[in-house]
Parts: sequence; C-alpha cells; structure tokens
Amino acid sequence: MSGKEKSWKEISIAGVCSKSSVGFLTGDWKTYMPVRDLQKCTKCLTCVMFCPEGAIKWQPEKGDIWFDFSFCKGCGICANECPTKAITMILPKEEEKEK
Amino acid sequence: MKEPAKQETMALNGDEAVALAAKQCDVDVVAAYPITPQTIIVEKFSEYVANGEVQTEFICTESEHSAMTACLAASLTGARAFTASASAGLALMHEMLFVTSGCRAPVVMAVANRALSAPLNIHGDQSDSMAERDSGWVHIYVESSQEAYDSIIQAFKIAEDLNVSLPVIVGLDGFTLSHSLENVDVLSEDTVKQFIGERQLPTVVTHEGKTVPLKLDPENPMTMGPIAFPNYYFEFKRQQQEGMNNALRRIQEVNSEYAELSGRSYGNGLVDTYNLEDAEIAVVCVGSTCGTLKVVVDELRQEGVKAGLLRLRTFRPLPVEDLRKSLANVAAIAVMDKSMSFGGLGGAVFCEIRHALYDEKQHPPIVNYIYGLGGRDTRPSELRGVFEDLIGIAKTGRVEKQVNYLGLRE
Repeated sequence: MSGKEKSWKEISIAGVCSKSSVGFLTGDWKTYMPVRDLQKCTKCLTCVMFCPEGAIKWQPEKGDIWFDFSFCKGCGICANECPTKAITMILPKEEEKEK
Repeated sequence: MKEPAKQETMALNGDEAVALAAKQCDVDVVAAYPITPQTIIVEKFSEYVANGEVQTEFICTESEHSAMTACLAASLTGARAFTASASAGLALMHEMLFVTSGCRAPVVMAVANRALSAPLNIHGDQSDSMAERDSGWVHIYVESSQEAYDSIIQAFKIAEDLNVSLPVIVGLDGFTLSHSLENVDVLSEDTVKQFIGERQLPTVVTHEGKTVPLKLDPENPMTMGPIAFPNYYFEFKRQQQEGMNNALRRIQEVNSEYAELSGRSYGNGLVDTYNLEDAEIAVVCVGSTCGTLKVVVDELRQEGVKAGLLRLRTFRPLPVEDLRKSLANVAAIAVMDKSMSFGGLGGAVFCEIRHALYDEKQHPPIVNYIYGLGGRDTRPSELRGVFEDLIGIAKTGRVEKQVNYLGLRE
C-alpha cells in the first residue's frame, strides 16, 4: 500500500460513496453484446421488460428502443425472450463493447 | 429515584408485547414474512395498520431475504424500520444481516428463537440467532415477555445512537415466551415516543468535503454499500467493532435511563446476576430458562447451598469485563447452551465464558450443558442436577466431562 490511505478513524462510516451510482458505468466487462435486426423487430418491448439491468430503454420521441451499453452486461436474456428472434448475441471487438 | 411513569398492566404473550412495543416506538416501516413462532408479532402489527392505529408502511414481502432488504433500504432513507423472524426465516436473511450491519443501518428485529431444520421442528431453541453471532448485530436475549416489551423500546435507542449505528436483534425464546400469556406493565405511547425520540442520522463527508446526513436522498445522491477494495474494506470492519465497543456503554446507559422511566432494569443491561455476590457455584444461562434457574437457586439457598446465577442478557457485544468481575471468584461454573456448535468444544456461550476467564489469575473449572434443543422441556429437577454436579466439581476442582447433554436419553 502507498501509505496515503486513511485510517479507520479518518473515514466516514459504512463505506458510503457520496456520488450517485448512476454515474458508475458497469457495462464495460461484457463478453457478448446484443445486436438487433430492425427488419424482424416489432417493437413489442418484451426485451425492455425482461432486461434485468434496465439497459434497454424506450424512447417515446423516436418510437424505438435503444441499448444502453454502459450498463448492458451481455447476459442474452433479451435475445432469448425476443418473440421474433430479432436479437442475436455477438462477440464484439474490444473497442465496440462500450458503444 | 423519581416515581416511575404511569403504566397499565396488560395480559400479553411475548409476541404481542413485542408488537405493542414496536407500535409505541412509532416505527415508519415494517417489512416481514410470517414464520412460527414469530407470526403473532407481524399479525398483531398488521392489525394496527389495518385499524389505522399506526402510520407505518407495512410491506408483505415474498421472503425474509426481501424483508430484511426492505428494512435496510427503508432505514437508509432515515426511516425507523422493524421486522421479526425466526429459524429458517432468519437463516434466509443471513446475507442481508451482514449488509445491514455493514451499512450501519439501525434496524431492530425480534427473533422468536426456534430450532433449525432438519428434522423439521417449530419449537424453541437458540440455534437460529446463535448462528448469526458474527453478523455484526447487537444480540440481546430476554427472560420474560415484560423484558421483551422493554427491550424492543431500548433496542431502538441503542441502535440509533450515533456512536453505535448498528442493528439489534432481541431474542425471545419461541413458545416459552412468544406464546405464553404474562402480565406486562405497559408505558403510555407518548412516554415511549418521548423516551426514544426522533431518529438522528449519522453524517458522512462527501468527496467535496461537505458534511451531509447518511441518508438516501435525491437532493444529495449517494451510493450505499458500494465496493470497497482490499485497501479499505478492513477499515470499515474495524469501524463496526468500534460501534460494538460503544454499544457496551450505551446498553448500560439505556438500561439505567429506562429504569428511571419504568422502574424496571435488567442487571446493568449486559449481565443480570442473581445471588451471585457470595456464590460458590454459579450457572451462566441465556434467555427464559433463567427464570427456572432462579427458582432452583432459591431452593438451594434455603438449603444453605451458595448457588448463584448469571444471566447473559447481551451476547453481542460480549461484556467481557462484567463476566470477569462476576465469575472469577466462584469455585465452579456451569454454562448452559440452547444451541449446538457441531464439532466444536461445547456451545457458543460456553466458548465465550471460558475464553473470557482464561486470562484471570484464578480461573474456576467450567462445565458445559447443552439443553432444551427443539423445545425440549428443561425441568427444575434437571437444573438442580446441574448445581449438584457443580458442588462435586467445586470440591475436586476438576471437570470430568466438559460437554454434557441435559435431558438427553443416552
């Protein structure tokens, strides 16, 4: 350890982080990522409901969904649940993961 | 001492006494899942909610894991949260018990102590909460329904103390206390509310150096229970130990303050002794069996035997100094355990007592009795047998058999 770390008497209790967790991007370690076939997608929003991370969002102004890859963990539940099989899980290149 | 506050005597079982205490403590959130022998607590409380007698948000969760999670989350918004559980229900909460204490959320929980499966058993023993010994909760065990009522009120005042900020379990023996009717002296709601007061919030320092209350608040977003890497996790655990150290003092203070209010106290809040001052032989016990032991001590005293009892009321934090002060000078000690530590050297309480006395210049021989598992009745005659064994041990200064099973068919 560097020696710059504080002692237990100097830090606030409970390990609280005084920032909103909205800013903690947790989607950068995924292996697979979903890709949507726009021809097959009927915008039924099944994927929106099933995504355990709330990473698929409905945009009313565009009348469409989008995948928030900052939080998508690549679990594949959306692809599994999609009734028209419009979503496939692909192995992306490193640089594409956070797009 | 001034006159105690005006009280009403009511016929209540332990569970009802706990529910009434929680009601009077003006709890904001109760999240619970029913399990015997705790059921009456939540049933009774849901009646208060249905009748509009309380303003509490009552959440019927789908499991105990969720119940504890809901209590934790509520507590982190600054609310006063309460729940009750037992046995398998408490076991299912296990993970969240650690999260709750780690988040320093002062949740109060009544545990109507019950055996753990298998084989299935709904009756009373202390295996459930003893298995949560290291979960970072303060553990208080009561002897009577009266004490269950009193201890729930005290528990909020202990838990919410800013130097403690830890959750508290109040253990009452399943059925023996939870379902047995008793005369309970009850304070008025206003008196209780005044005694525990509004919940105060600890503060934390933000990244910008601002001091803000530790509370989930949209105006001051913060993240509770985030990751702590190896360079900081250890420090947070040490802070929890400090909370426990502070609880030792706070429990005693609250016990005295409550004594002034109600006229009732339980030893110094940590240990409650009975005829121990001049005792030659002593039994250490936790919970309702202490009531039976007092009867046996009385009988023996009448016969001229210098018998005494130490009731360990607070198991966590362990009142090491009080144990040393009270027990080092007796000639022999028996420790009663209403749970088992399979493969260990005796039960959980035995290990603590023996361990606490190890450094004393003179440590008396100590013998362990496992008793009452799965609700097995423990009779005065059996407890008398324990004292008779102690007379023998005191004479020889030797323990032949360290761990014994009381009331077991060999």
